Amino acid sequence: MSRKKHRGRTAKPLAYAPVFAALGDETRLSLVAKLCGGQSRSISQLREGSKLTRQAITKHLRVLERAKIVHSVRTGRESRFEFDPQAMEGIKQYLDFVSEQWDQALSRLKSFVEG
Amino acid sequence: MNDRIQKLIELKAPVSRVWRALTDHREFGEWFRVKLDGPFVVGQISRGQMTYPGYEHLKWQAIVQKMEPERLFSFTWHHSFEPDADITKEPTTLVEFRLEKTETGTLLTLTESGFENLPDNLRTEAFRRNDGGWTAQMKNIESHVTQKA
Repeated sequence: MSRKKHRGRTAKPLAYAPVFAALGDETRLSLVAKLCGGQSRSISQLREGSKLTRQAITKHLRVLERAKIVHSVRTGRESRFEFDPQAMEGIKQYLDFVSEQWDQALSRLKSFVEG
Repeated sequence: MNDRIQKLIELKAPVSRVWRALTDHREFGEWFRVKLDGPFVVGQISRGQMTYPGYEHLKWQAIVQKMEPERLFSFTWHHSFEPDADITKEPTTLVEFRLEKTETGTLLTLTESGFENLPDNLRTEAFRRNDGGWTAQMKNIESHVTQKA
């Protein structure tokens, strides 16, 4: 492993804490559920079936946007929102990695106590 | 969104044996692959040096949280990859080992939680770790094969 790689030349650091915080809310989770299919949606479309005001939905979308879970695309006067899978994949990748380390450690513990 | 890791493992050894493997610092070091400076004491920082191949440049630092004999052992630790990281200044996750007696031995539940506390640059760190991980795996395979030969 070179020193250069140590600096992380390609992967842009992702903010994990905001991602978890952003997802710790039912409304925002339901917004992500509506968007994660890959299609962009307008605020009106995202409001369907919800009792929340347009303003409230917008506020939640901004939180998701700051955490880079979604981003907005302007088409004419309308803002549409799109899901950005990178933020969530980054976390998943790290959790998978830690999880794998535990599998290995626990399997060593198993041989240690059973041996 | 899954923000914690949980593992359940059945061990064919009595609870007292598993408890010792977890909480005796020398025994812990054997399977975890770390050389610890001294015994685990609740509320205190446990220090040592990793012995896991590929990770030897890293220090072990954890703060022991709970030691309820034969039931629960927990500590917090950080996820920094800087050799000079200081646990008192780093965000941490909580690692818990819960033990339950079963007919054949012990059910061990490992939980690691608090990943939402972790910093921004984990993604790059994960890549670096994975590199180290593969090097380690190759060494493990090598020593395994050599022993068998």
